[in-house]
Amino acid sequence: MTKHHVETTVNGNEVEFLCATEQTLLDVLRDELYLTGSKEGCSSGDCGACSVMLDGRLVCACLVLGVEAQGRKVETIEGMASGDTLHPLQQTFLEHAALQCGICTPGILVAAKALLERNADPSETEVRFWLAGNLCRCTGYDKIVRAVLDTAAQMRGATSKSGKAAKKAVTEGA
Amino acid sequence: MNDMIIPDLVERELKVVGTRPLRPDGMDKVTGRAKFGADMHVPNMLIGRVLRSPHAHARIKSIDASKARALKGVKAVITADALCDLPSEFVPAGEMMVNFRDITRNVMARDKALYEGHAVAAVAATSDAVAAQALSLIEVDYEVLPHVIDVEKAMQPDAPLLHDDMYTIGADPKPEKPSNIAKRVEFGFGDLDAGFAKADVVVEREFTTKPVHQGYIEPHACLASVSEDGQAELWCTTQGQFIVRAFCAKLLGMEVSQLRVTASEIGGGFGGKTVVYLEPLALALSREACQPVKMVMSRTEVFQASGPTSGAKLWIKVGATKDGTVTAADALLKYQAGAFQGSPVQPGAMCAFAPYELENVRVIGFDVVVNRPKVAAYRAPGGPIAEFAVESVMDEVALKINMDPVDFRLKNAAKEGTRAPYGPKLGPIGLVQTLQAARAHEHYAAPLKANQGRGVASGFWFNIGGETCASLNVGEDGSVAMVVGTPDIGGSRASLSMMAAEELGIPLEHVHPIIGDTSSLGFNFLTGGSRVTFSSGMAIVQAAREVIEILRDRAAKLWEVPMEEVEWVDGHARFTGSGEAKSLSLVELAKTAGKTGGPIIGNAAINATGAGPSLATHLVDVEVDPETGAVKILRYTAIQDAGKAVHPSYVEGQMQGGAVQGIGWALNEEYIYDDKGRLENPGFLDYRIPVCSDVPMIDTVIVEVPNPNHPYGVRGVGETPIVPPMGAIANAVSHATGVRFTDLPMSPPRVLDAIDSNQAT
Ligand code: FES
Ligand code: FES
Repeated sequence: MTKHHVETTVNGNEVEFLCATEQTLLDVLRDELYLTGSKEGCSSGDCGACSVMLDGRLVCACLVLGVEAQGRKVETIEGMASGDTLHPLQQTFLEHAALQCGICTPGILVAAKALLERNADPSETEVRFWLAGNLCRCTGYDKIVRAVLDTAAQMRGATSKSGKAAKKAVTEGA
Repeated sequence: MNDMIIPDLVERELKVVGTRPLRPDGMDKVTGRAKFGADMHVPNMLIGRVLRSPHAHARIKSIDASKARALKGVKAVITADALCDLPSEFVPAGEMMVNFRDITRNVMARDKALYEGHAVAAVAATSDAVAAQALSLIEVDYEVLPHVIDVEKAMQPDAPLLHDDMYTIGADPKPEKPSNIAKRVEFGFGDLDAGFAKADVVVEREFTTKPVHQGYIEPHACLASVSEDGQAELWCTTQGQFIVRAFCAKLLGMEVSQLRVTASEIGGGFGGKTVVYLEPLALALSREACQPVKMVMSRTEVFQASGPTSGAKLWIKVGATKDGTVTAADALLKYQAGAFQGSPVQPGAMCAFAPYELENVRVIGFDVVVNRPKVAAYRAPGGPIAEFAVESVMDEVALKINMDPVDFRLKNAAKEGTRAPYGPKLGPIGLVQTLQAARAHEHYAAPLKANQGRGVASGFWFNIGGETCASLNVGEDGSVAMVVGTPDIGGSRASLSMMAAEELGIPLEHVHPIIGDTSSLGFNFLTGGSRVTFSSGMAIVQAAREVIEILRDRAAKLWEVPMEEVEWVDGHARFTGSGEAKSLSLVELAKTAGKTGGPIIGNAAINATGAGPSLATHLVDVEVDPETGAVKILRYTAIQDAGKAVHPSYVEGQMQGGAVQGIGWALNEEYIYDDKGRLENPGFLDYRIPVCSDVPMIDTVIVEVPNPNHPYGVRGVGETPIVPPMGAIANAVSHATGVRFTDLPMSPPRVLDAIDSNQAT
């Protein structure tokens, strides 16, 4: 079985790996590079636990082949904080208790970051539809949606008091 | 909107319990550092895979694995012979009893495959690709047998028999012939005929529910390593490392202390990770290969071979007088157990009518085996199924006598002193308070438009205690390492360290929790039955009190005064005798521990009793699209008695998560089988759990009626929230359409059919 030699960038670091043709990017990240922050919930593109950025686009790493990473830029949950400073989404998720078991959290954080990069002021409905590909079985999504809306408000420099953003969310949703 | 209603405040002023600090394990979970079941790699590791039956029911005539064994890279191949065959013996697991003969046969088929996906062989190889190839080389000779999927068909005398030695337990007279009915249970008291004779209105209906899966996002996964001398280590995602140890040791014929089980972070369980599937196989493969073996289920395997909860056929009859008093209540519950006995029909029967104070009540339940995967616990196992049906009938009774459904429930509500249908008198419970909160809630009075309906339902769940060990180790700098033996599935490290900090009177940041492996603590029952904050909390409080005793003793020694003259207040020993005031902090005492008597630790080993039932009332508004039959949840309010909410955010999280799982159960989720008994939707695309855009915000109201049997009034909250949603939503859909819905899920085609046939008549 001949393996492919792939050179790529992961979280800003240049990396090389060997992979079999059928290995997905998720397999490579988890089993070859030991970046196990991206999770496998289904391997069929239905749960979003494996969400990563590929050249700035949100993808399910289980639907991308490892060889497709050649010459491209991959960003995973492991690259989201800078140094000891969490990304505002990470911090706000903690403050809002927007995770219970936490298996969906890496994928949801990566997906939410992608949303806020293209839409700094999403409505509750926009957040809900953007995250519709990320399953969470524990939280009922309530605190996740509030955390994303609150982070967006904080990042826009608006008031950082969590309650206000959440209230706004409820009125918009109603 | 998240409200709290606190009728009786706990006496002492609390500083930590009841606040909303950041969880201690949070950082690892938002950075991807947290290690879940499939995240472990060790040197020299093999990959294990399972060969599964393609048939719903088949005799295994022979298995030839010689070609697989000969494949390069294959290091071990096992079949049922690698595990012990065990006699029939019942032991508790979560809220259910399990049987070792059945467990060994469920993890690996012996003689017969009893459902599609039933394991028949397993391999370990140097790579996943080699393991997959090896599976394709194993030749199994099956004799396909007639199968049965439907619970009522399985109860027929001429149904295909799954186990020819199954004689119904609890049947009178004792049956002479074997059948698929594993057990009959009955609860109740009073005189049903007299009760129904007094009724002005009687409603009698049949209901069906489909099996639904817990749907945890993390598939089952483990890594086993057995050394040449038989010492073994197992890393796995589980709700109970001690239960895994007990089960695996039994199946592998090991002493429990030979096996060290470490619980990984767990990516959801909801009851489904209270049993073993891959773990004994990985151990057996590792034992044969003398190398570590990692196994991870695919999502398809999770659906086909790990436990959903029962589908059921239910019959309910309730009578009431015009003034709204229920005079009699009767129920017949038939639950699918899957391929082996042990459906949750017993707890279902016990809590079916438990929210009501009744004089005449009876519930009969049957546990029935069918050719489906063996059910596993799912959040309040058995309760949601029975209570969905009961709450639907109660709604109809209220409607018939023209009474508001909340007032009707208030009139009949179970309260302290009520005799529960399963026998004992209830202690203080908060159902009445949740109903009052529902009636007072602005949601209840909000206007509705055309095609919209509002539903209400209540729910009851027991909660449990059980064997628990915990320890607190005070470090030489005064920080405290807290070790508990119950996996943290949704924030219990937070709630437990909060209780430790509260008792000791120290800042929460100084308490550092870990989940101990099976060699670091005495036996702990699993994370289930909403027991962790209750039981491990009780153990932590006891351990903390032991630490305080030691600290007082050390201070007394230093001050050369009797211990009785030293009290512990706000994290300090204080001299209460006459003379100069003296005080020493926990940190100061910890620093000198070496000189005053050695390390300071507190241990507790308890059997926690006195868990209090938790009750809830949910309100829901729906809109039904008359063109498509699609049901949209417009607004949802969950109200629950939490006893004491130690960390209210995580209590709300449990209520919201349970409600949304209930929404999935009510509207979409079901196992669909073809006529050969094969599951047609073993994936998240076709088994559709609620996604973010399906649901609105879930408002919560926490009611606090303290449990007198816990130092902080804790009841346990995790399971009750899934009990009311199906009844509440069915009632709402019925009010929106004018058609009574009795079959779950209320998926668009079913709703459309019902609306159409109603218009035709
Ligand atoms: S693992 Fe990629 S979407 Fe589920
Ligand atoms: S927190 Fe468990 S799946 Fe989202």
